[in-house]
Amino acid sequence: MSGPIDDQGLLRLYESMVLIRRAEERLSRLFAGGEIPGFVHLSLGQEAVPAGVCAVLEHADSVASTHRGHGHALAKGVRVEGFFAEIMGRAGGVCKGRGGSMHVADMSIGMLGANGIVGGGYSLALGAAFAHQVKKRPNIAVTFFGDGAMAEGALHECLNLAVLWKLPLLFVCENNGWSEFSPVSRQFAARLSDLGEAFGIGSEHADGTDVEAVFAAATRCVARVRSGAGPYILECRTNRWHGHFEGDPQKYREASELAAARGEDPLVVTAGRLAARGIVEATLADVDARVVARIDAAVEAARADAEPDVAAAFADVYATGEIHA
Amino acid sequence: MPDMIFRQAINSALADAMSADADVVCFGEDVAAPGGAFAVTRGLLAKFGPERVRDTPISENAIAGAAVGAALSGLRPVVEIMFMDFMTLAMDALVNQAAKARFMFGGQCSVPMVVRTPHGGGLNAGPQHSQCLEAWFAHVPGLKVVVPSNAADAYGLLRAAIIDPDPVIYVENKALYSAKSPVPETLAIVPIGSAATMRPGRDVTVVAYGIAVRQALAAAQTLAAEGVEAEVIDLRSIQPWDRQAVLDSVRRTGRLVIAHEAVTAFGVGAEIAAWVGEQAFDSLRAPIGRVGSAFMPTPFAKSLERHCVPADTHVVAAVRCAVAYKSSRSPS
Ligand SMILES: Cc1ncc(C[n+]2csc(CCOP(=O)(O)OP(=O)(O)O)c2C)c(N)n1
Ligand SMILES: [Mg+2]
Repeated sequence: MSGPIDDQGLLRLYESMVLIRRAEERLSRLFAGGEIPGFVHLSLGQEAVPAGVCAVLEHADSVASTHRGHGHALAKGVRVEGFFAEIMGRAGGVCKGRGGSMHVADMSIGMLGANGIVGGGYSLALGAAFAHQVKKRPNIAVTFFGDGAMAEGALHECLNLAVLWKLPLLFVCENNGWSEFSPVSRQFAARLSDLGEAFGIGSEHADGTDVEAVFAAATRCVARVRSGAGPYILECRTNRWHGHFEGDPQKYREASELAAARGEDPLVVTAGRLAARGIVEATLADVDARVVARIDAAVEAARADAEPDVAAAFADVYATGEIHA
Repeated sequence: MPDMIFRQAINSALADAMSADADVVCFGEDVAAPGGAFAVTRGLLAKFGPERVRDTPISENAIAGAAVGAALSGLRPVVEIMFMDFMTLAMDALVNQAAKARFMFGGQCSVPMVVRTPHGGGLNAGPQHSQCLEAWFAHVPGLKVVVPSNAADAYGLLRAAIIDPDPVIYVENKALYSAKSPVPETLAIVPIGSAATMRPGRDVTVVAYGIAVRQALAAAQTLAAEGVEAEVIDLRSIQPWDRQAVLDSVRRTGRLVIAHEAVTAFGVGAEIAAWVGEQAFDSLRAPIGRVGSAFMPTPFAKSLERHCVPADTHVVAAVRCAVAYKSSRSPS
C-alpha cells in the first residue's frame, strides 16, 4: 500500500470509526442505565488511532490492547454481537462473559485481548512477534499503550528485547494526555521518541485525530516492521473525551482543555474530507444507519442471551478440564 | 537401573521435547551460549540453534510475558527464571496473564508454557537466592506446579509439563542438581497430578516433595530401627496434588506428617492438613504434623542456614510426636 488513499478506502476508515463511536456511545448509555457492571473505559475521541492502525494490519497480525480497548477490538474485527454480549456479561460473549470490557479478545483474528494491567500488553505482543519470527510467518505484532503506561518498566525491557531480537513489533502509543486523573506532564519525564532513539528504534508521530494521517503513518511503520527491519514506534496525539471510566465526572480537567479536546472530532474531520472528495452526505448517513442497526441488533440479542454458565466456567480454569481446588 | 544426575535428566527432557516438537523453544538469562546458571541447558544451543535457544537480557517481566504471548501465538516456550526469588519480577505475566488467559477469554485459547526455576537453600546463597515460593503459584487458579525429587521424575514431569496445554511452574531444587538417582532404561513421561509411594509403611504417612522426599526417606530408615514404619509419599505435583493417594494412605496409617523445605505458614502443608482434616477426620489418630523451614528469611551463614532449613531429624521428631500421641478425648 502506498500513495494517497482512495475514496473507498477512506470511506472504510470512516465506517470503522463510526462503528467504534456508535458502539461506545451505546456502551455509555447502557452503563448509565445499569445494564453494564464493572469498569468501562471509553475511547471516544480516539477512534482514528485504532481505525487507522488496524486498517493496515492483516487478519493474522497480532494486537495486544489496553484497558481502553474497545476500538482496537472492533477495528481488528471482533464481531459486534460477541462484543456487546461480552461487555453485558452474557453467555454468548466473545469470552463467554468471563472477561468483560477489560478483556475482550479474539484469538482467531490475533486479538490477544484488552488488558486490565497497564503495560501488560508490551510483552504479550513481544512474544507474539517472537512466535511470528520463529515460525517464519509474514506477520507482525502491535502493542497499543497509553501515555501513562510509558512509566511502566516493562516498556524498557520490551524495547530492548525487541531490538536485540529484531522482532516484527510495532509500538503504538495513544497519547491522550491523561493517565487516569493526572496529566502526562506529571507522569512521564521523557519523550517516547527519545526513548526509542536510545535503543536505536525509529519513531513516527501522527495526528491521532486525523485517520488519514494515522493510516499513512501506520502504513509506513507496518511496512517497515514487516520487512524484517525490527521494531518501530508510532506515537499518536489524541483526546480522551469521557472520564477515565464511565461515571468519572472529570472534575480535574479545565473546561477549556476539555472543550478543545471535544473540538477535535475525528469523524467530523473525515466527513469533511469525504465531502470535499464529492461523497454525498446521504452516503455517510447510510454508513451510520447500517452501523447503528447492527449495534441495535447486537444489544437486543445480548439482552435476550443467557447468563454465563458456572459449570462451563469451572471447566475452563485449566485446558485439561479437571477441576482443582 | 542406571544412575542419572538430576540436572542431566532435565537437560535430556528439554532436548527430547525440542526434538519431538519444533514449536518448543527455550529462552532465559544465560541459557543459550553459557548453558544456564546451573548448567541445565548446556548443549541445547548447539543442538537446536539460535532461533530456538536464546539468551535474554535481565528482564524477567519480559521473559515471562513474552512466553505468554508466544504460547498464545503457536509456540511452546520453556523459559528459565534463574532463581525462584526472581519470580517476583515475573509475577504479573504469570499471575495476571498466563493463569487467566484461557478462563477470561472464554476457553478460546490455552497457554502451553513452562517456567523452570530453582528453589531452595543449602548453598548459603542467602535471603534473596534461596526461597521456596511454590505455594504462591499453587494458590492461583490456572497455574500448575510440579516439584520433582529425583532424576526420573525430573525428566518425566518436564516432558509432561511441556506437552501440557496449561502454564506449568516447574521447580528444581538447587541442592539436587548434582544428585544421582536410579532411572529406568527408557525415561517416561510422569503425569502431572500423580504422587508416588516411595516406601510403604503402616504407622504414619509422610507426605513430602522436592528435597524433603530424601529427608523423609532417611527419616523412615531411622524410624524403622525404632519399630515405626513410615509410608513416604512423594507428592511430585503441588497443583493439582494427588488427594486420593494421600487420603488412601492416611486412612490406613491414621497419622500424617507433611514435610517441605518451604516455611510452613500458609504453605502446601497447611493446605494438605486442612483438606485431610475435612475429609478424613475420623481416620486420624493424632494431630497432623508439619515440617518446614523456620519462619525467617533464609540466612546466609552456614551455621544459621543449617538451623533454619529442615533436615531428616525434624521429620523423625514430627513422626515420633504423632506416634506418641494419646488422645485425651473421652470416648462418646
Ligand atoms: C499495573 C496497573 N497499575 C495501575 C492501574 C490502574 N490504571 C488503570 S488505567 C490507568 C491509567 C493509564 O493511563 P494511560 O496509559 O495513559 O491510558 P489511558 O487511560 O489514558 O488510555 C491506571 C493507573 C492498572 N490497571 N494496572
Ligand atoms: Mg493516557
